[in-house]
Amino acid sequence: MPMVTIKARTISRGKASGEALISHAPIGFLGGVDPKTGIIIEKGHPLEGRNIAGRVLVFPNGKGSTVGSYVMLQLAKNNKAPAAIINVSAEPIIAVGAIISKIPMVDKPGKDVFKLLKDGQSVSVDGEKGLIIVL
Amino acid sequence: MLLTKQEQSMYDGELGEAAQQSMEILAALGAIYGAEKTIPVTSAQIAGVSYKTIGDAGLEYLQDLASKGAKTLVPSFLNPAGMDREQWREMKIPEDFAKKQIAILDAYSSMGIMKTCTCAPYFIGIRPKKGEHVAWSESSAIAFANSVLGARTNREGGPSALAAAICGVTPYYGLHIDENRVAEVVIDVRCELKTMADFGALGSAVGKLAKNRYPAFRGIKRASESMLKVLGASMAATGSVPLFFIEGITPEWSIAEDAQRIEFTEADLSASRKGLDSGLKPDLVTIGCPHASLEEIKEVAELVSKRKPTCEFWVCTSAKLRKEADRLGYGKAIEAAGGFVVADTCMVVCPLEEMGHVVTGTNSGKAAAYLPNLCKQKVAFGDLEDILYR
Repeated sequence: MPMVTIKARTISRGKASGEALISHAPIGFLGGVDPKTGIIIEKGHPLEGRNIAGRVLVFPNGKGSTVGSYVMLQLAKNNKAPAAIINVSAEPIIAVGAIISKIPMVDKPGKDVFKLLKDGQSVSVDGEKGLIIVL
Repeated sequence: MLLTKQEQSMYDGELGEAAQQSMEILAALGAIYGAEKTIPVTSAQIAGVSYKTIGDAGLEYLQDLASKGAKTLVPSFLNPAGMDREQWREMKIPEDFAKKQIAILDAYSSMGIMKTCTCAPYFIGIRPKKGEHVAWSESSAIAFANSVLGARTNREGGPSALAAAICGVTPYYGLHIDENRVAEVVIDVRCELKTMADFGALGSAVGKLAKNRYPAFRGIKRASESMLKVLGASMAATGSVPLFFIEGITPEWSIAEDAQRIEFTEADLSASRKGLDSGLKPDLVTIGCPHASLEEIKEVAELVSKRKPTCEFWVCTSAKLRKEADRLGYGKAIEAAGGFVVADTCMVVCPLEEMGHVVTGTNSGKAAAYLPNLCKQKVAFGDLEDILYR
């Protein structure tokens, strides 16, 4: 498959690549993700039991407590943070969390990433230029 | 968002890593909310202080930022902590909790933030004027600053208020823009509001139906600043109301043409009061949510001097007003009646549930909203004369 480049909006700078992990449901980090392991622990979440560490995490937006931003920093310190984040529409909890944790993040992708991306597919996020590159 | 030269150099890291990270936060928020530029702020009020709410994750974040040399550019103040800085042992706060709490306060202090630890800074002289732009993050203080003082602040989170403090600016959107300060729901109050609990019950009911819309009240004849405080705090707790108007009382009054109109009757007031009250006898009564004004402390002192309450009770306030209360003899009167004037903290952010309390009494609609979930407490809601002697 040829490389596809999708324009998006810069939220947090930096570049990273990894395998996509896709959630159609919002993610709340406080109480939703274990900061020690990177495993999603929210009961009934579509990604419950999956590990977000090193993945390009694709989800619509954040939810829950604002302390979630700090949990993202804990994940980064434990080397269990996602490699990059793609949101449909960023809100302050995830945006702030990504910036303080130095996780590249974009939102408002120009194409439907839920249709374009598949679980495990290699994808690159360029937070400097605001690009998603499907490899 | 358009950045000034100074902001761009912050964003590019020329003024250090802490300023860079803070400017990145503001730029991202500006993008999310569609701000075209920033606006200078004259003060920042920072929430996310209690170890109970921010935990180890928050502590690490603050220490991280402090170690990068973060320094504030504008006067900045803290929200309540999880304990009284002086009397935490008397409060039976666990040793480990106290250690972490002190580390949080030290991290903030090293950035140049004043350890005022109050949710009601406007009662200790921090009163931005009408039209002044600030970045405040305590929901009840946001409501008071916007509505009662006529200052301009959005609902900041802890990190965004801290970023504003470090950069001296905030993205220009929302409540900073005059045209956006318009009420979308009008509440015709058709009953007399006499006590703090009445204002708390009104706020609790209106917050639920207003959600994030701005309400305008008609028919409130008089209200003290303490009552306005509790009204705004309750609406911010059950809804997310950052601005309200009261005809003839608040400095601003602006209503949308298609505003929804709702009546609030004696029956609504009584239903709201009943809905907040479990009817149980409290083992602890906490007064001062948000932090008590000097008038409130005086009222409690006078009441308990006449008759000793039948339960343990705290009056929560700032360290500054506790000192003033002591000087005026109110502190002594409260202690003589078996009470405790607690500074720097409050019933919602301190670890009440770990201290053996089950039923907590309050006259605040905000405390009534948060005590069940945050502190696993049953709530006794009512006027002071009721809850202190139930």
